[in-house]
Amino acid sequence: MGQLSIILARCLQAIPTVFGIVVVTFLLTRALPGDPAAYFAGASATPESITEIRAKLGLDQGLPRQFATYLKDLSRGDLGQSISTGQPVAAELLKRLPASLELTLTALFLSVMTAIPLGVLAAVHQDSWIDQLCRFVVTAGVSLPTFFTGLLLIYVLYFLLGLAPAPLGRLDLLHVPPPHVTGFLVFDGLLAREWATAWSAFKQLMLPAITLALFTLAPLARMTRAAMLQALASEYLRTARAAGLSRGRVLMVYAFRNAMLPIITTLGMVFSFSLGANVLVEKVFAWPGIGSYAIEALVVSDYAAVQGFVLSMAILFVLLNLAVDTLYTLVDPRVRIDG
Amino acid sequence: MNRRELLKSAGALAFGSSMLPFLKSTAWAAPNDTAVVLIGNTINSLDIHRPGTNRPSYQVAVNVYDRLVTFGTRKLADGSLAYDYDKVQPELAESWIVAPDRKSITFKIKPNATFWDGSPVTAEDVKWSFERALALGGFPKVQMGAGGFVDPAQFVAVDARTFRIDLKRPSKLSLPNLGVPVAVIVNSKVAKSRATAADPWAAEYLHRNPAGSGAFKVERWDAGQQLVYVRNDKWAGGPLPGVQRVIIREVPAQATRRALIERGDVHLSFQIPNKDAQELAANRKIKVTGSPIDNCLYVACLNYNFEPFRDQRVRQAVAWAIPYEQIFRQAAYGRGVPMWGGKSAKPVSAVWPQPFPYATDLAKAQALLGQTAYKAGFEVPLSFDLGEADWGEPAALLIQESLGKIGIKVTLDKVPGANWRTVALVEKKLPFLLENFGGWLNTPCYYFYWAYIKGNLFNASNYDDPAVKKLIDETLHMEKSDPAYDPKVRQLIQKAFDDVPRIPLWQPTLESAMTTRMQGYQFWFHRQVDARSYKLV
Repeated sequence: MGQLSIILARCLQAIPTVFGIVVVTFLLTRALPGDPAAYFAGASATPESITEIRAKLGLDQGLPRQFATYLKDLSRGDLGQSISTGQPVAAELLKRLPASLELTLTALFLSVMTAIPLGVLAAVHQDSWIDQLCRFVVTAGVSLPTFFTGLLLIYVLYFLLGLAPAPLGRLDLLHVPPPHVTGFLVFDGLLAREWATAWSAFKQLMLPAITLALFTLAPLARMTRAAMLQALASEYLRTARAAGLSRGRVLMVYAFRNAMLPIITTLGMVFSFSLGANVLVEKVFAWPGIGSYAIEALVVSDYAAVQGFVLSMAILFVLLNLAVDTLYTLVDPRVRIDG
Repeated sequence: MNRRELLKSAGALAFGSSMLPFLKSTAWAAPNDTAVVLIGNTINSLDIHRPGTNRPSYQVAVNVYDRLVTFGTRKLADGSLAYDYDKVQPELAESWIVAPDRKSITFKIKPNATFWDGSPVTAEDVKWSFERALALGGFPKVQMGAGGFVDPAQFVAVDARTFRIDLKRPSKLSLPNLGVPVAVIVNSKVAKSRATAADPWAAEYLHRNPAGSGAFKVERWDAGQQLVYVRNDKWAGGPLPGVQRVIIREVPAQATRRALIERGDVHLSFQIPNKDAQELAANRKIKVTGSPIDNCLYVACLNYNFEPFRDQRVRQAVAWAIPYEQIFRQAAYGRGVPMWGGKSAKPVSAVWPQPFPYATDLAKAQALLGQTAYKAGFEVPLSFDLGEADWGEPAALLIQESLGKIGIKVTLDKVPGANWRTVALVEKKLPFLLENFGGWLNTPCYYFYWAYIKGNLFNASNYDDPAVKKLIDETLHMEKSDPAYDPKVRQLIQKAFDDVPRIPLWQPTLESAMTTRMQGYQFWFHRQVDARSYKLV
């Protein structure tokens, strides 16, 4: 089977999953406590004004009817209108997704750059000081909640030392966002040749990215270390050493390449959960990402926004799994994707 | 080891420099002209009439639009400024005349009043805007109704500069109700040009694009991040604002907001928790202002649907068993106005709110409860809104402990914010709850209207008393200068003292922290940022 047909088959397999998610989120949002009509009618609302709003939201109709309307809109790519922000959900998610992705990808880059060398070194020099350091970092990473790390970093680097910029979101007060190209402010700033804006966006990005990186680093380093240990103890490695291959070649080509499979799996998982888990980081750093959007929508029972968020995350996960699977076939020719 | 070097240099880049970057726009750089304000919640619309517009968005109506009238300023005992309910002043109206039978008010619009696009403000705009507030329904309609404006036919454009409101009955609430955020005047020519058959009131357009005459225009709005106001130098509604530009930034995390104001990187952190206010008050570089919120009380409501609370002596026993001092210290952090321990069992004046004649006296509570069928005690859940947990939770815990001592076993019931309104205020089925209603229009009868008439939204107690209802009907529209007004309000307060369906804990304050450079901060009944008076020194 060619690469392309594999990908196509995977996409087809995702359709029932996505439909299932559509049904479940629709039912779950309806099961949320609270009455959005009463909420949006606001202070000093009367029963009549609540009824008026309920009719306006289409909530006075039966569930099957509401679901049919929802499916019809969805088939046109319309995720509906968020009642709390008054903007189309799709537009809002598209606007906020780059902020979350910029943060998550930077954090992931930082944590991969730290975790993999750390894990490899820890495995190679087992029980040395570097292994202990790895253990310490891993334990700290999983046990410190992200909002705590975030607040600690703000307290030390911003409040006490004044090294980091004010945690005011993606740009400081003096800059306006560059023209929208990718939605990643650092890139857009560079593309527009607005160096100062790009620099400001980069500085604003560092603290939240480090916070998130500290959190995602732990599973990666742990998995790298374990996979490397397993590879190092294997027979093919003993053969390679016995054949007199250089140490570097043995480690990087034979051991590391074989250890990469579980690392990629972990990376995919870490990426997906950190997209959701950075809600707290977003809150602490006033970062306008999709996590905080979803939380705000949940608080006010904003059905369209919650459904849109869950659906887009589900699609993102499906795409991510696809990417991970494709990567497998590149890393390990033995892996085949079948049915 | 290239990767590690890269990592090292990335780290150095991040931490190494805090120098100011070059500025893209020089206008933004004038620090004396730009005030930076932090808020904790998010502005979700620029149109106050739209269904779904949340409270934080009301500040846009205040800063960007004008009303016919506004309120004057008074200085409080601590030197801070607050709006003055008793001084209604011109905003877009130059003057007004109340008809001899008090059944209509005629306004003359200022000749120099223009919208941002240069067109004059006409009576037609006023009429259209008020009709819009009624037509879009929801909260704006209810609030317009509070002033007696229920029917579009009441709004009459006499000529271009003369606007008349006909009243179904004379009311003291009508004129002040034209100064609330909802009664904004929209540029109807712009709005109509954007209206469609499906959207005759241009709700889609005005949601994102304000069209007003106010002191500030919206320069940019990044929903969920910031709102930037820039001054309208042709503003006719009042003295020109002292700042050229105001940046409103949304920072959800309390701790982050506090770090920012303490570092002095922002000028004002609007509405901070009482705990922060108490701690920041000791900081010399920060000024903390706590303004008592008029006509607002934090109360414990006793629901008449719950059998034991039908007995007046049980309600009074609860009122005597509440640990007021402790609640004030631990839930309000000492910031607020005490509303217990009134000297006399009779109201000394018609001032509202005033301290109720209860204090913590467990012996008295026990004795009162002993006279009832519930002397063996009973069990009751105490509910509070999780969105108000900062004061609700400590207050509820203290009440639980104290009532336990007279045999009332209290369990705590935390209700999620989205659910609160429905169960507490619409269905009114919680037996015992903490509530925080405050009325925009600052008269005692207005508070009683919402909180002491059966069926009205904030009467979560289901209190129902024909005498009280009659008194409220009589006083609600009566002028305060009427000689009958004071005695009747005193009777109302007396009933509130005796029946205690709502036990006041304290009168809350709106706390804000600002740097010493920020001047002109003023408290408004709508409890939102009004940047028109801000100055930087």
